[in-house]
Amino acid sequence: MNKPAEYYQRDREWQPPAYSKDYKTSVTRSPRYAMISLENTVSEITGPVFGHNDVDAIDNDLIQNYAKDSDPIGERIIIHGRVLDENARPVPGTLVEIWQANAGGRYRHKKDTYLAAIDPNFGGCGRTITDENGYYFFRTVKPGAYPWRNWVNNWRPAHIHISVFGSGFVQRLITQLYFEGDPLIKQCPIVNTIPDPNAIEQLVAVLDMNATIPFDSIAYKFDIILRGRRSTLFENRLEGN
Amino acid sequence: MPQSLHYLKETPSQTAGPYVHIGLAPGAAGFDIYGQELGWDIAGPNAKGERIRVEGVVIDGTGAPVKDVLLEAWQANAAGVYAHPESQGDVEEGFRGWGRVITDFATGLWGFDTVKPGPVAGRSGALMAPHINLWVVARGINVGLNTRLYFSDEQALNAADPVINLVEQEHRRETLIATRQETDTGVVYKFDITLQGDGETVFFDI
Repeated sequence: MNKPAEYYQRDREWQPPAYSKDYKTSVTRSPRYAMISLENTVSEITGPVFGHNDVDAIDNDLIQNYAKDSDPIGERIIIHGRVLDENARPVPGTLVEIWQANAGGRYRHKKDTYLAAIDPNFGGCGRTITDENGYYFFRTVKPGAYPWRNWVNNWRPAHIHISVFGSGFVQRLITQLYFEGDPLIKQCPIVNTIPDPNAIEQLVAVLDMNATIPFDSIAYKFDIILRGRRSTLFENRLEGN
Repeated sequence: MPQSLHYLKETPSQTAGPYVHIGLAPGAAGFDIYGQELGWDIAGPNAKGERIRVEGVVIDGTGAPVKDVLLEAWQANAAGVYAHPESQGDVEEGFRGWGRVITDFATGLWGFDTVKPGPVAGRSGALMAPHINLWVVARGINVGLNTRLYFSDEQALNAADPVINLVEQEHRRETLIATRQETDTGVVYKFDITLQGDGETVFFDI
């Protein structure tokens, strides 16, 4: 049997640290001790496998998947791109889940009390499985900015939360997609938990006129990169002798 | 100039935020949208082995329970096989070995039902004691935290476990071990996760 290859280590200088003083909630939720570095075992290189039986075809269409009597209000957009690994190889057949506020910046959540209105035709979540090329797409409405309690006057830039699995549990990732040109991005303490400006740019979806559907929906492209994997196996055996 | 490596960089993580339920457990957010929510049945009806429940709270640096956490579990079956093509062996039909659970909005208590996993082959053939891999996300957690849950009734295997033994301070190893309790409704393992401060749980950079 082929010995499974390890994943590249996570670049902790690129990822946000646990403690970020300006994102106040992180202050009491960030471990103080160093993490223990763990070389991959079979427990890390494996992860849940999903298939098309797990989702319905409509699940990736947020304009229709909760519509009651009309389409939701807001700017109609398409979010599309590929899930790739750090070797630029597609990650096919993986589950991508998203959630977001409606066009007014209000979440359909029992804990959200923002004064902006709930949209009766908008749920705010979607999910899909990447195709054989790692490609995914969603149709939705552009989420609104909204205020949150951090400093007295903090506003989140418009964003969509994205959850991705990959092939192994080490690749598990939750992130947020922002929109090109939003002036709130550079002010946001959550965005700024990421120390490297180039890493922040990786979270900004780009207007994609080629994928825009005339007289229907504006498209943004957003590729998601998961950890890559070694292809050379020398001195890299996970099991056996 | 040498050649360029041309690797891509992993997408930076961002917090799951307070409304993670909308995307990953919409029923908990307060609405019904999907044909089926994923992750509520870890073991399925056919899994062999001991049926167990795992319960706990996640505690912040002030000692208070965290009430907006989402946890995911990833585990082998009772024979030590993961439901994944790179794990040698087969699992029972319906065994996925993966689940997700949220903390109660009022109490912070979380819990899931599953089967107790078996030992798994580790690196270089060293056996790993039975364990459940856990991933913790919440508002205020910038990158999901990975830890492992081991079982208090596996003392011999725990003592030889190559991952537990990576923790230099022996008293910190206890943070990885769930306490077995025999209750009227079955076997419950208690496993609290402390994010920061006294008794801080050991987290792994996997």
